[in-house]
Amino acid sequence: MSNLKSRLLLIAAMIIASVWALFPRTVVERVQRDGVFVHDTIRRVPLKRGLDLQGGMHLTLEVDESKQAVTNVSDALDRALTVVRTRIDEFGVAEPIVQKVGETRITVELPGIDDRERATAVVQRSAVLRFQITDETQALERAIPRLDGIVKERGLLARAANANADTAPSALGSLFQNPTDSAAGDSAGTSPDGPFRRLIQQGNMPGQYMVAARDVPEIERYLADSAVRTALPPGKEVRWGADSVMLGAQVFKPLYVLDVRPIIDGTFLLDAKPAQDPLEGAKVDFQFNNAGGQRFRTETARHIGDNMAIVLDDRVMTAPVIQSAIGARGQITMGGNDLQAATDLALVLRAGALPVPLKVVEARTIGASLGEDAIRQGLSAGALGIGLVILIMIVYYRFSGFLAVCGLAFYVLVTLAILAGFGATLTLPGLAGFVLSIGMAVDANFLIFERIREELEVGKTTRLAIDQGFNHAWSAIVDTHVTTALTAAILYQFGTGPVRGFAVALLAGLAASLVSAIFVVRTLFILWLSRAKPSQTLSI
Amino acid sequence: MLRILHNTNFDFIKQWRKAVVALVIFIAPALVLIPLSGFTYSIEFTGGTRMQVKFNETVETAAVRAALESSGHADAEIATFGSVEENEYIIRAQEAQHVAAQAAGAETVAQDIERSLRAAFGEESFRVVDSEVVGPRVGSELRQKATIAMLIAFGLTLVYLAWRFESRFAVAAVLATVHDLVATFAFMKYLDIEISLFVVGSILTVIGYSMNDKVVVFDRVRENLKLHRKLPLYELLNRSVNETLPRTVMTGSTTLACLLALLVFGGTVIRPFAWILTFGIIIGTFSSIYVASPLLLWIERKWPRTSDASPHARAAAAARNA
Repeated sequence: MSNLKSRLLLIAAMIIASVWALFPRTVVERVQRDGVFVHDTIRRVPLKRGLDLQGGMHLTLEVDESKQAVTNVSDALDRALTVVRTRIDEFGVAEPIVQKVGETRITVELPGIDDRERATAVVQRSAVLRFQITDETQALERAIPRLDGIVKERGLLARAANANADTAPSALGSLFQNPTDSAAGDSAGTSPDGPFRRLIQQGNMPGQYMVAARDVPEIERYLADSAVRTALPPGKEVRWGADSVMLGAQVFKPLYVLDVRPIIDGTFLLDAKPAQDPLEGAKVDFQFNNAGGQRFRTETARHIGDNMAIVLDDRVMTAPVIQSAIGARGQITMGGNDLQAATDLALVLRAGALPVPLKVVEARTIGASLGEDAIRQGLSAGALGIGLVILIMIVYYRFSGFLAVCGLAFYVLVTLAILAGFGATLTLPGLAGFVLSIGMAVDANFLIFERIREELEVGKTTRLAIDQGFNHAWSAIVDTHVTTALTAAILYQFGTGPVRGFAVALLAGLAASLVSAIFVVRTLFILWLSRAKPSQTLSI
Repeated sequence: MLRILHNTNFDFIKQWRKAVVALVIFIAPALVLIPLSGFTYSIEFTGGTRMQVKFNETVETAAVRAALESSGHADAEIATFGSVEENEYIIRAQEAQHVAAQAAGAETVAQDIERSLRAAFGEESFRVVDSEVVGPRVGSELRQKATIAMLIAFGLTLVYLAWRFESRFAVAAVLATVHDLVATFAFMKYLDIEISLFVVGSILTVIGYSMNDKVVVFDRVRENLKLHRKLPLYELLNRSVNETLPRTVMTGSTTLACLLALLVFGGTVIRPFAWILTFGIIIGTFSSIYVASPLLLWIERKWPRTSDASPHARAAAAARNA
């Protein structure tokens, strides 16, 4: 009995874990708001849909060697990857995937986009690296009252006030917002808590400001306005940081005010390498050519103690402090032992120094309507498939068939949970694989039930027949699962995108089917035996 | 108790000649056709451009062709998609010269086609539902990878089965599965199914399923070999096939039921996949019954096991008892 109890507890635990894995949850994700992308928390079921199910675009890129040979293709590809990733916002999609495939290719997946020409243009544009000094003069601080006035005059606020009503209260808002804010908001433009004042907070270095991720679209909208742009401090420009920062529970995006004139740009840079120093920790060594070295020396001499922003494609990657005048060779210490950060920064510098021409070797766009059709068809096929299997099982095996159907329900739940747990993407072939595996999942039940019937026939008691039925079917079940798993593993290894989705669904299904048949269904039989009278015959 | 094929005692092995004749009749035409005309490969394998275009109003195929000719893509293939009222066309530019034109920049042919259609029918007259552009090198690499994947699939299963059973069982199972594969290719040739990545996936699935089926039968053979030491192999094999027959047929039919669902609702993308699997499962079931066991018997007769073949037998027994 205690054996049965622990079996039931284990099954309950697996069901709870699966339901939990599939439960809609709050995740931080890039979402589109007012045409701009921000990190935000949303609730959704954690099953990702592949491109073929939601429509979108898939690009495969290669280093273009037709005009000039590239010496180190692997490094060139890493540089290109860095560049494409910094441009991620320009694609205009919520969840782009940019990854390296093998040693020679990059794939870019852009869900929900169909402007092929724009996307390829974004990818193929060559990278620009600049070194710019961050503003030391509080220029933005002084300009804010004027900017707030312009925002109100031009009526940009109307929508903003509404948008704020539902995004407030933010941690940042509470710093700047007094309780009567919404009432006072209508007053004249000289109000101490105008839109810029309210949404922008001083960062921890000169010229750096912090904007809560949810307010980024609003600030972008203001900055896009021509009148606001002309009112920005002269000789300065405003650039977003590449990475978001977590402060407490909230995500902030840094906003930098920079001198428009770069002290130097990437064309003078020869190389950059990460290094580990026993005293200073991880660092990046970089080297300029002669002309660059001279220029860099004079510029850095003038700016000792200032922050120098490293800007790749208009995104501020980092802004270290200039400690002393630097010539052709310099180093950036990372302040700690983080070699990965140094490797990434070196890659950014090399990406700007040695632009990589890319060519599109494969491009695929899938219309959103096709994706909707595919989902509808997949669901119908799944429902019909499951219905037919349930019918066959119950008609043929009666009560035992019903137990098998319970096992099948467990199987469906666990398979989906495994897919969600591994962050697998659900694709059209994946759906097909899933429907197909429903048919195969009951195979183990057929093996067991036929065996039980045989054992009953030779006159064994119900209890013994069930026991031996499971034991004798065991070797065949394991062997069939392993052979199929081998094929699925090879599919995964060789396949790309859609075929991989199919293989993953098949593997998840195999694992769930094994547990369902030899553990869950068996427990249900044991449960039945514990309740049945000794004389009762099994309906099979 | 509802039972099908209960306590049957068919002499399946005796039928092997008929099985061979049926197979030869089925496969032979394909063995002539395939070397003559080969298979059609999808864009993924050949490289090229494929576009699916939906027009707002009815457009004649000839008009589409004329538009393509104006942009120098005269030999692109044009086909209607779905019913005629939907005004949807699939345009394929898959010939060598298209692929070559594309090698410079993968996008150019697609842009040419789009531009010429806009010029001929108006800016807003259609939309591109779906498009695919593949460079030539990507395609040839994929073809190579697909072939290697299939060979590895066979190799690994052979090793696994040789370890779990005996090497002669493994050889018989793999040969029977190779037979299924050849028959599936013949079937694809007759239906003129285009080889795409998805199709390769379904072929690999057929391999997995078919191997599955053979394993179940041989598992029973392995068991019966221990139980009935005196029984001649011929009877023993027949008996094993008969004993596993209900399971073979039931699994086959539930899987076919699921595939039927995919055939009915799956839509155009899934349908070739569903067809191949449907055929693969039927032929796999057939060969589990009529091909695998005669093959095993033939191997046993050709290379009879020495009376003390116990190393294998013991290993198999140990595996079973584990």
